[in-house]
Amino acid sequence: MIYMDNAATTRTAPEVVQAMLPYFSENYGNPSAVYSLGSAGKKAINGARRAIASVLGAKQEEIFFTAGGSEADNWALKSVAEAYSGKGKHIITTKIEHHAILHTCEYLEKNGFEVTYLGVGRDGVVDIGELEAAIRPDTILISIMFANNEIGTIEPIEEIGAMAQKHGILFHTDAVQAFGHLPVRVDELHIDMLSASGHKFGGPKGAGFLYVRTGVKLRSFLHGGAQERDRRAGTENVPGIVGLGAAAAKAAETMAERAAREEQIRDHLIRRIESEIPYCRLNGHRTKRLPGNVNFSFRFVEGESVLIMLDMKGICGSSGSACTSGALDPSHVLLAIGLNEEEAHGSLRLSLSEENTLEEADFVVEELKKIVARLREMSPLYEDFLKYGEPGIK
Amino acid sequence: MYSEKVMDHFQNPRNVGEIENASGVGTVGNAKCGDIMRIFLDIDEKGIVREARFKTFGCGAAVATSSMATELVKGKTVREALQVTNQAVTEALDGLPPVKVHCSLLAEEAIRAALRDYAQKRGIVIEGLEEPGEEIHENRHITD
Repeated sequence: MIYMDNAATTRTAPEVVQAMLPYFSENYGNPSAVYSLGSAGKKAINGARRAIASVLGAKQEEIFFTAGGSEADNWALKSVAEAYSGKGKHIITTKIEHHAILHTCEYLEKNGFEVTYLGVGRDGVVDIGELEAAIRPDTILISIMFANNEIGTIEPIEEIGAMAQKHGILFHTDAVQAFGHLPVRVDELHIDMLSASGHKFGGPKGAGFLYVRTGVKLRSFLHGGAQERDRRAGTENVPGIVGLGAAAAKAAETMAERAAREEQIRDHLIRRIESEIPYCRLNGHRTKRLPGNVNFSFRFVEGESVLIMLDMKGICGSSGSACTSGALDPSHVLLAIGLNEEEAHGSLRLSLSEENTLEEADFVVEELKKIVARLREMSPLYEDFLKYGEPGIK
Repeated sequence: MYSEKVMDHFQNPRNVGEIENASGVGTVGNAKCGDIMRIFLDIDEKGIVREARFKTFGCGAAVATSSMATELVKGKTVREALQVTNQAVTEALDGLPPVKVHCSLLAEEAIRAALRDYAQKRGIVIEGLEEPGEEIHENRHITD
């Protein structure tokens, strides 16, 4: 099997699993308990908190564990909305955010908040001038993702952070795709809040965190016990948090080497696909791009068909096609960067890990060439294109 | 996610291609929804479907339903071909996932569109050929 869907989830690293195992059946005590069986779990949680804080250049009391990225996104937005509504009710975000942000914004809009959704350029980058123009006296939060999950574009986080700081507005970033893959230092980038998820960088599913800068008002998300400094009730997911911490430490240690390797395979895939498959388009920024992200649109074919045919060859990828998500509208991200619906339906994302090889990449390209050609053979859009042509096509 | 029959018709689609000077051609669907289906029918003077072919832009279910629909109408009279409904196509494929049912509707519509084209070209009226119905859309994405 060739696994190239690491933006969806990663394999939990074996050493991460090893680190987690003692916290299931040996050190299973409740971290809130007074006896030593509980304190082992408490110590482990604090160890993970320290590890993550150190990666971010943050203080450990600024890390709040959650059940993943979506919870962290929900918490950040809802808490700021609630705690700062006295100052204003305006939030700025982008059209290409993950649904954990977009649907939370929709929810807030129903509750009296106003949201500006910034557009992006054809490469998926937010325009700083547009951001500044959108800022109002009642703007309380800017939430812009660190890097996009579909097209891999890395946003100008430092400039956005500086802009937010200049105007005295809180800045949250959904760093689910970036944390563990790109250097993320909250002070240098002027980040006030940040969401991350363990299973995107070799950690377990169901464990993530929200970073909240000291001084930012944070409302309780889950009410109950006093866990997470009284902000997020519920007995801690000790094995998950331990795995999250171990994965974060490992990711930071190996980041440069991993990124270099993934970029080499990424660029090899991009070069070969662009030169060998006609009527394709690279989606996302060519260089400001996650090391492991490849995203192409192939004209005249539909993404799910491509995925099924790749799967028959043992290749796992994903698509922005509606048919892969149980909806009928194609990816909002691909539409936001100016693709038409046909191009959006014909997209393929391959997301790499350090375990992928150049040989795998070559095999994928060879199969992809055959698959796209075969699907075009049966496509009425391709038939019409051959017969009548289309003005302006490359 | 898909039945073995669907996978078989997706991997080895029957009747892919065009028919030159077809008796009737029907194209339905749109790129917005991600499915476009074109069915070609060759109908003889006795009103029997001698040949059926298709071209489809769409997901696995769209390809499989096109393939099955062309199989089902072959050898049938025009009247019988009208009985090839979305249920008939879905049943012949041992079912479809609920979100893919609109694909089977598309296959039924494509056949009807091709028959309508045939009727128009011949200047005849086929009883029971009304306008195609609306698709039902579901609107939530599941992402990473």
